[in-house]
Amino acid sequence: MSEVSGTAEQIQSAIQDREIIQIRNMHKWFGDFHVLKNINLTVNNQERIVVCGPSGSGKSTLIRCINRLEEHQKGQIIVDDIELTNDLKKIDLIRQEVGMVFQSFNLFPHLTVLENCTLGPIWVRQTPKTEAEDAAMHYLERVKIPEQAQKYPGQLSGGQQQRVAIARSLCMSPKIMLFDEPTSALDPEMIKEVLDVMVELADTGMTMLVVSHEMGFAKTVADRVIFMDEGEIIEQNDPHQFFDNPQHDRTKLFLSQILAH
Amino acid sequence: MNLNETNTAATYPIGQHPSMPPPAAERGIIKWLNINLFNTWYNSIATVLGLYFLYLIIPPAFDWVLGSATWEASSNKDCRAGAGGACWGFIRARFVLFMYGFYDAESIWRPNLAGILLVALAIPVLVPKIPGTRFFAIPLIFLYPWLAISLLVGPIKITLFSDPAFLVLWIVLIISLVFLGFRGIKTNNLAKRGLGFSLAYVAIILIYLNWGLGLAPMETNRFGGLLLTLVLAITSIVVSLPLGIVLALGRRAESLPVVKYFCIGVIELFRAVPLITVLFMAVNMIPLFLPQGYSFDNLVMALIGLSIFFGAYMAEVVRGGLQAIPKGQFEAAASIGLNYYKSTGLVVLPQALKIVIPGIVNTFIAMTKDTSLVMIIGLFDILMITKSSITDAKWLGLEWEGYAFVGLLFWVLCFSMSRYSQWLERRLDTERRN
Repeated sequence: MSEVSGTAEQIQSAIQDREIIQIRNMHKWFGDFHVLKNINLTVNNQERIVVCGPSGSGKSTLIRCINRLEEHQKGQIIVDDIELTNDLKKIDLIRQEVGMVFQSFNLFPHLTVLENCTLGPIWVRQTPKTEAEDAAMHYLERVKIPEQAQKYPGQLSGGQQQRVAIARSLCMSPKIMLFDEPTSALDPEMIKEVLDVMVELADTGMTMLVVSHEMGFAKTVADRVIFMDEGEIIEQNDPHQFFDNPQHDRTKLFLSQILAH
Repeated sequence: MNLNETNTAATYPIGQHPSMPPPAAERGIIKWLNINLFNTWYNSIATVLGLYFLYLIIPPAFDWVLGSATWEASSNKDCRAGAGGACWGFIRARFVLFMYGFYDAESIWRPNLAGILLVALAIPVLVPKIPGTRFFAIPLIFLYPWLAISLLVGPIKITLFSDPAFLVLWIVLIISLVFLGFRGIKTNNLAKRGLGFSLAYVAIILIYLNWGLGLAPMETNRFGGLLLTLVLAITSIVVSLPLGIVLALGRRAESLPVVKYFCIGVIELFRAVPLITVLFMAVNMIPLFLPQGYSFDNLVMALIGLSIFFGAYMAEVVRGGLQAIPKGQFEAAASIGLNYYKSTGLVVLPQALKIVIPGIVNTFIAMTKDTSLVMIIGLFDILMITKSSITDAKWLGLEWEGYAFVGLLFWVLCFSMSRYSQWLERRLDTERRN
């Protein structure tokens, strides 16, 4: 019995030992403004990371560099063993493996919810339409809004739209999910329904990189919390150490501001 | 009507008051008249004056157009001898001229057939409620233009294709291109597939045009009247929209500076010169660039000039729509793995074009009316035909009738486009319900 579980544990740790994102000495400028300074970050498979920090610290820019929505000028980014350069084919490959959820949802308003979800699989992975629709309905059930499949995004509430956005990204079966402040544009009642979906997603073993101010979510789900300020990674630690025992002054200042209420 | 009158019929317990219709003065046409026309003393006077002006104008106009009109005439003497109203006999006597220009009178069935086919194919495509939108779009786009050319103009002699000896060569070429296309499907090679099938299609079309249904050839300078106006308007509409979309997308291609500046050059050049200049230059300068012995006729020149000119206008209209799409849409499309072409075609363009339907249709309507400028290069569109008809000695003095008729024709064309676009917008809005 212990031999069997030992092997399962070994397999599990082998899966998780793999470094799925490697960022080495990465710098980025917007014109003359040095927005990301010497970023060194390794993300393991199935790891859940929450990135926090004050406005303008570069956290959104960092995760947008991972799927090439922003270009880095110096350093290396390697996603799933593919290096991120100007090669369009590699960029497209990486984008198929990395899903992204935006603060402003960015659903396609001229398509129904179901069509939003099947657009990627049909046109990028050449999936036949019925198969894509079945998969889309499966993911819509996972985010608990299967009955909205034929509606247009304009007819849904914010929380429902964000859940559709999550389902849309999941339909491409990505290995990594990036979340750029997913709940910042939502009413408090809707934040919970989206966070529940994200917790369930984390439980299934998805690698997640979440930029968020939801510290409760970080405490529940995160394997690691990263604090960024002015373009640098100041501190990273597991949630207990991070919240109870911050090392740097800037981290302490930020935590005192954000946990005040 | 005392609006303060209360209904003293009954009182109801709380929470059980039934919904009742409003009193008569509060609804319907009487209310509308009260509010809009008679609400103050000066509005009431203005209403009465307005009604009086209408009384002065409408009945005499009606009488001129219909009441005392002359419906049969063979010269303006008959018109003067008539009841004194409009002389529509003038239009009827020269009807073929107005409608088809100098087209051979026995062959009128050819443009008629082309027109009927166009309507039959276009209606399922333009009116989505009628089934078969996609099914009819393919013959409409890929087969109908060549059929229409063969009907209207007859066979077009293209030297390389008419020699029978060459014909065998061309057939061999076409078969090999089709094979290339099928190989491309098997090996999933987009380039082979696209190149093979499109070149085969071009070759087949060129051979077909040469033979052209075996009808008698009709020179294009015999086109005139409504036929010419419609040929010019429809062709330039159909060509300028895709051309404008391509130019607009090219102008926004930041990563390809050669393409970008070429598109800016084309757009700014053609927008900066008057259409008349473009037409003149097309007719006089393009033949200088062609090898000896080749000549394009004036109609083709006019079509090329009109299409590029309005393509440039359309490009800026489309660019306005592209600018209105939030950056997040591009980012979301990119993040699910759609490349530039797929995200533009599936996400960006459907939204952008829907936003600028008013601008696009506006440009279409302006195009339809600007086709009259081809009179500069000697083509007899409907306006020119009218002008030359009323200066004919037999029909002097009938300007009103002539221009009223032309005005009516243009009004029908342009107003139909306007109504269709409003219907299309309403339909697309109910789908989105944003």
